[in-house]
Order: sequence, then structure tokens, then C-alpha cells
Amino acid sequence: MPERFILSVEDLTVSFDGFKAVDHLSFYVEPNECRVIIGPNGAGKTTVLDLICGRTKATGGTVKFKGMNLLDMREDQIVHAGVGRKFQTPSVYEDLSVFENLELSYPKGHGVFGAIFFNQDQVVQDRIQEIAETIFLADQLDEKAAYLSHGQKQWLEIGMLLIQDPELLMLDEPVAGMSVAERKKTAELLNRIIQDRSVIVIEHDMGFVADIATRVTVLHRGEMLSEGSMDHVQNDPKVVEVYLGH
Amino acid sequence: MTLTNYMNRKELLGFLILAAVIFIVLPLALDTFRLNLFGKYLTYAFVAIGLALCWGAGGILSLGQGIFFGLGGYCMAMFLKLEASTPENTAIQSTPGIPDFMDWNQLTALPIWWQPFHSLAFTMLAVVMVPVVFAFIIGFAMFTRRVGGVYFAIITQAFAAILTILIIGQQGYTGGVNGITDLRTLLGWDIRTDEAKNILYFVNGALLFVVLLIAQFVRKSKLGRLLIAMRDQEDRVRFSGYNVANFKIFIFCLGAAFAGVGGAMFTLQVGFMSPTLVGIVPSIEMVIFCAVGGRLSILGAVYGALLVNLAKTTFSEGFPELWLLGLGGLFIAVVMAFPNGLAGLWSEKVEPLLNRLISKTQSAEAANPNKAPAE
Amino acid sequence: MFADYSMAELGAIFAMQGFAGLILFSVFVLMALGLAIIFGQMGVINMAHGEFMILGAYVTYIVSNIFAAYLPSLFGIYFFIAMFLAFIASGALGLFIEWAMIRHLYKRPLDTLLATWGLSLILQQIYRSVFGAREVGVSIPDWMMGSLPLTDLIEIPINGIFVMVLAVSISLAVYIMMFRSTWGRQVRAINQNRVMAGAVGINTEWTDRLTFGIGCGVAGVAGSAFTMIGSTGPTAGQLYIVDTFLVVVFGGAASLLGTIASAFSISQAQSIMEFFLSGSMAKVITLLVVVGILMIRPQGLFALKLRK
Repeated sequence: MPERFILSVEDLTVSFDGFKAVDHLSFYVEPNECRVIIGPNGAGKTTVLDLICGRTKATGGTVKFKGMNLLDMREDQIVHAGVGRKFQTPSVYEDLSVFENLELSYPKGHGVFGAIFFNQDQVVQDRIQEIAETIFLADQLDEKAAYLSHGQKQWLEIGMLLIQDPELLMLDEPVAGMSVAERKKTAELLNRIIQDRSVIVIEHDMGFVADIATRVTVLHRGEMLSEGSMDHVQNDPKVVEVYLGH
Repeated sequence: MTLTNYMNRKELLGFLILAAVIFIVLPLALDTFRLNLFGKYLTYAFVAIGLALCWGAGGILSLGQGIFFGLGGYCMAMFLKLEASTPENTAIQSTPGIPDFMDWNQLTALPIWWQPFHSLAFTMLAVVMVPVVFAFIIGFAMFTRRVGGVYFAIITQAFAAILTILIIGQQGYTGGVNGITDLRTLLGWDIRTDEAKNILYFVNGALLFVVLLIAQFVRKSKLGRLLIAMRDQEDRVRFSGYNVANFKIFIFCLGAAFAGVGGAMFTLQVGFMSPTLVGIVPSIEMVIFCAVGGRLSILGAVYGALLVNLAKTTFSEGFPELWLLGLGGLFIAVVMAFPNGLAGLWSEKVEPLLNRLISKTQSAEAANPNKAPAE
Repeated sequence: MFADYSMAELGAIFAMQGFAGLILFSVFVLMALGLAIIFGQMGVINMAHGEFMILGAYVTYIVSNIFAAYLPSLFGIYFFIAMFLAFIASGALGLFIEWAMIRHLYKRPLDTLLATWGLSLILQQIYRSVFGAREVGVSIPDWMMGSLPLTDLIEIPINGIFVMVLAVSISLAVYIMMFRSTWGRQVRAINQNRVMAGAVGINTEWTDRLTFGIGCGVAGVAGSAFTMIGSTGPTAGQLYIVDTFLVVVFGGAASLLGTIASAFSISQAQSIMEFFLSGSMAKVITLLVVVGILMIRPQGLFALKLRK
């Protein structure tokens, strides 16, 4: 029986010494859907992504991805299953070149010995070149990542995810801290790469959200407040209350 | 990986210079006694190279490398001791044929775990594998639980303390605080003669280069780049699909294997092994060899081991009081003023100077019309 | 192994070893308190902590000699003055070291470890040059000599009781400082969020320096107390540094209560085992168990589960 959802989050709960950062949360993502999670600060948005990708261990509930139970898996196993994760602050390897950053993300040679004897053949180099062009960094391949601008680092990290070719891509505030020009370019980039895969995005920029979202989930204090199309959640009185009420 | 990927011209030059120093300059310049002393210093370089990989590249600071140096050294010492303790040599003991310290401690038979060390093949395997197994156990327990940084440093230090106490306490089995001494021959070949010492120096040098080449290979592989990536952004590496713990365990074990070989060569060249080379103090001193050389540089690690030990010998012969002050000052200075050590000084100060000189002569040549190549 | 002893003897052995363990516990607590402040609150590894302690011991040694020579009538109370001066001396050195060294290395914990190791070597050599390589002991005032017979079999040395009382009072003092004083609130605030603490007007730089100084001062007091039960040599500090770090890490670095509980369990385990095994094996087994537990529970016995 084919699954209708690529990702099913059910009853997900995590508590830190009694404080419930995520509280019995359930939501479902369909294949090729772009789901945007919004909510006020401290709503637990980043924690939800952390739980899905295995960075934080859940206290209860299940997360099923293509029938696999992600909560039982290590981070690297989750990545191999096809989940990619971008962090809020750009996290790239500053001491390595752009090329090397992408090379390390190439989905081959992930075991210890695989890495020692990893061969940088033409296929790998072509793929890196291709990705570098997509993320506007083809001219900076040999530059140390430390010398890139903030926006370029964000792009590089997106490129590091793209080269993995994940089925589910999770992006945490991909346009935060960017200049207007960079933001526009990034939106264009994201619009291109969210085709043909499922995406979960955390974002505050409502214009951007309206642009890309298939459906929107609103979190508040670790619980689901509202879910549906952008229009639906924008007119939901509970959402309005949370955003304007205090 | 092509050859130029493996070692660029600059690195090749560095290797050649070091080879010239170790195999030509030092043997020509020094008498056997001093050469043997330098051979001893070079055994510490094995440890320092391992640290350059673990700590410099991978950010894993082990304060217990003396454990692995000692284990390798003790394995070798056990073999040599058994060979020295023939029934004829030990006829005056109440139980002839067992090592003297066992006899002194009222042991009447060789313990079972000493038995395999009658075999040189087993011993050579053990020199590498015993440290590796220990490192694997420590590394597996720590890294899969994500213990790192200062916690890892302290716990490895605790292990160094534990092993020292154990060796000293169990003197019937280990020779206690004196260690295993009075080693004579290796398969009948007397290792105490000048000739043997000279040969062992060259064997040691050759092994050091094997280790250097392995280290260079690892550093230049994708694994080497992963280590640096892990040091700076461990989470990102994890979310690029790598099991970070495995990589840390591997590099820690590799460093342990290097240290074990160094320890065995120490035993062969110096003629004994004792707990003073295992404990907290030697372990942390080995870190300073690596730091002085430049924590990222494997060649620097060799120079660091040579220079610090040379200074130690020189000072402790003349002014023993100054040495501890000097060593203490060195720790502070290398951390606060020269975090990249000698390798850093070289690439930041000396190299630009050389480049300027070279480009000057080149431009001078270019400016000289007589020497300009014909069109 | 128990068959050779009668029940009464066994009881007495456990009581005496337990008490020996309590003295060891007091020493651990005294040493670990300073470390728990510095490592637990600031995340700084101070490998020279033992040498700060020894400084306190040497100060006590000097003060006892001065009293013996010039103020013999007040010899009975010299210790309290020595303890105060030990706090001042070690604390002042701590302030200086923080200013000269530690503050430049806050973002590089492993480098701090190496630099402070260098500092410990220098201090050891200075002690050796000034006080000689031999261990020195202080003369204990008369009222601290002797022991209290509890039963026919059990006797308790008075200096041991005194050190225990000291350990308890200093723990209380540190607790009050940490949880009742302005300084303690500031330290804890900085520990939780340095930037925010700075933004609300806490002078983080000065608080760090003071914290380091107080931690070192407490180490000095520990050294001072230590002279009551043992002699002091230039390298005595190094003997305890691993144990002390394990005590702090085992307890859960940021928890004072954890430090005390772990000091208690480690010292009791060690001294009770010491009677039946050789001293070195008791120590090996204790350390192995501690390290083993730390591998299973790296955050220590008492640690909060925090949101990353």
C-alpha cells in the first residue's frame, strides 16, 4: 500500500526538565509539498526540525519518513534516508574551500575507509561544478569559505544540501540576515530547488511564505495552532490573536 | 588520488629536507651516543605526528598518549626481557627462566599473558594492536557518547594516571616503578653495541618516514578534510551524512598505533621501559612537542619533538632549575603567542621572506638584457 | 576475606575506614569547591589548581613559623590567620593570572588547559627554589593533637575532625556566596547567557576575574587545611589534580551539591576498598568505576537536561 504522506509526525513531544518545547504535535507532509512553519519566537519551530533530523531526542511520539521510524535512527542514517537539514545560522566549514565544502557533502565515501580512499573523479567534479553554478558560487570554488559574505555562506550551505539530493529538505530561516538583493536571488534559488521534492521551511517573511507555501502550519508554545493554506491561517482568529494579542 | 594531490612540490621539499637531516646530517655530525639520544627524541615524534592528526586537524586533545607509547614500549620490552631471562642467565634465581623482577616478587611461574611474548611476530603485532585496542575501547565509549573537548582530555589523563598506578602497583608482573630493565638482545643480536645503536637509529628513521607518509596520505584524503570540518562544525558533518564518532575513533586509533611503534623503538634504542614514560607528565609533554612544531603540521611535529627534547637535555644537564621554568614558559608562549608553532613561523615569516628574495633575483635577471631569453 | 575478623572488629574497621574516608572526603571537597567554581561556572580548566592549593599550604607554613618564633603565646590560633592569608595570597595570584593569561583564552578551552599546565610547572619550580625540594610540615597546635576514643576499638583523630568541620563551613560559605550574594547571581547569570548578562549591565570582565580569584582563594584555603593532616612539597598539588577534576566532572560540572556528593562517594569507596586491597588497586578500581560511569553518563551525576 503506497503511503500518502512522505512524512508523518504524530504526537511528537519533547520536554526539557519539565518544560514542554513541543507538545503532542502531529502533522503530515505530502510528496512534493512545500510546508512552511511559522510562529512567534519560542514556539518550538527549530526544535521540531531538530527532532525530525535527530539532533534532539524526542520524549514521545513518532516521526515516520517513507515508512522508517526516524526517532530510532542516528543523524547520519537519517541523512542517508533522504532528509537534508539547513541550520539557522550558516554552518559551513570555514577553513575549507568552497569546492571542498561541496565535496564533503557529496553522497559517496561516507564510511571511514570510503573517505580515505575517496576518488575525486570527473563525475564528482562535474557535479560540484554544476551545483556551484546553481548557487552562484562557480567563480569562488577555490576560495576559503571563511571569506564568503553572509549571504554566500547561506547559499553554500544550501548547495551542500542540494548535492545530497534529499527527498525531504528542511530549511531554517534561509533568507534571514540577507540584503534585499541577496534575498531576491535566494528566493529565486529556493523556488527552483523546491521543485520535485518535499520541503519544510521555517520563515518569518510573510511575502516569501505566501510565495512558496503549499500549506502553512502555525505553532504556538509547542502546539499546533492552525494549519492550512496561507489564506486560511491568515484569517484564523486564533493566529491573529497570537500574533497581535501580546 | 594523483601524486600531486598527495604531495605538492612544497611538501615534497619539506619531506626531502627532513630526510636529509635525519639520514645524512645527524649521522655525520654526531657520535653514536648523541645519535642514539636523537633516536630517542625521534621516538616521541611518532606520538607528536599522531597528535597533529588527532588534535591539530581533528580537535581531539588526548592527554593520554603516554598510555599508547608505554603499551607499545612495554610489549617490546616484554619480548626482550623474556629473551634476556634464559635459565642460564637467571640461574641464581630461586625460579630460573623468569624475569628477575618476578623472582624478586616471589612469582614462581611466568604469567599466562606473558607467554605469547616469546614470539617476535606476536610482539610486533602487539606493539601496534594493543594500543589500538585500548584506544578503540576508550574512543568508542567516549565518542559514541559524544564526549569531547576538555572532558575527553581529562578522562584520557585519568586513564594515564590509572595505568601508571597499575604498573607501579603490580610490580611482580610489570617490574613496578623501575620498569623493565636490563634488556640485551633481539633474536640473539646484541642491541647494546654501538653498531646496533647506529642501525636502530636508521630503522627508527625509516619507520618514522613510513608513519609520516601514512599521515600525509590521511591528511590529504577526504578524511583529512573531514577532520578539519568536524573540528569546526561537527553538527554540519553529521547532517552531511557522516557518523562522526567512527571518524574520531579511527583517527584516535591511528594516533595510538603511531605512538605504540614509537614506544617500541624507544625500548629498543634506550634499553628499558618504565612507568615514568606512561603517566600524566610525559603525556602532556608530548602535546607540547606537537604544539611547538605547529599543531597542524606533521613535519613540524618531528622538529618540535627534536628541538624541545634537545633543549630539555641541554638545560637539564647545565641548569636543571631553569628547565621547568623554560618548559612552563614554553607551554604558555606557544599557546598565547605562537599558536601555530614553528610551522606557523615558517609559513608566515620565513617563506614570504624567501619568496621576496627569489622574486627579487628573478626580476633582477629579467631586468638584465644580456640574460633575457632570445625571442 | 571477612572470615578472619569478628563482627565487632569488622564494624570497627568499617567505622575507622569510613572515618578515614571522611577526611579524604573533606580534602576532596575543599579542593573540588574551588575547581567547581572555576570549571563549573566559567568552563575554564585550571591545571594549576593544585599549585594554588600548595601556595595556601606554604603560606600556612610561613605563618606557623612566624608565630612559633615571635608570638608563641598565640600559637593556638595561628591557623585561622594563616587560613585567611592563604585565601588572600592564592586569590590575589588568581586575579593576576586571570588578567595576564586566562582572559585571552576564554574561547579556547583546550589551550587554557595547556597554558595553565605551563603555569603549574613554573609555580612548582618556584616553590622548589624558595622552599626546597623536601616536603615541609607545620606544627599543629596542641589542642588539635590526639584523638577521641569513641569505643575500645574506634578512635578518631582530632585534626581530622577539624578538617571536616572546615570543609563543611567552607562549603556552606561557598554555597551562600553562590546563591545568596550579588556576585553569585552575576556569575550564574553570565554562565547562562554571557551576552545578555553584559547587556543588563553586569561587568562580565570583572566578574570573571573575581570568580577566578575566589576559586583560587578557596583552593588556598584548602591547601591551608591540608597542612593539618599532611606535609607539603612542591609537587604535592599535581598528585591531586586528576582526582579533583574527576570529582568535579563526576558530580556534574555546574552543580555544587553534585560536587559534594561525588566527593563523598569517591572518597568512601576508595578508603573502604583500601583496607581490603592494596592502596594502589583501591585507587585504580575507584578511578576506573568513576571513568566507567562517566562514559555511560558523560554529563555527570547531577546535571540539568538543557535545550541546545
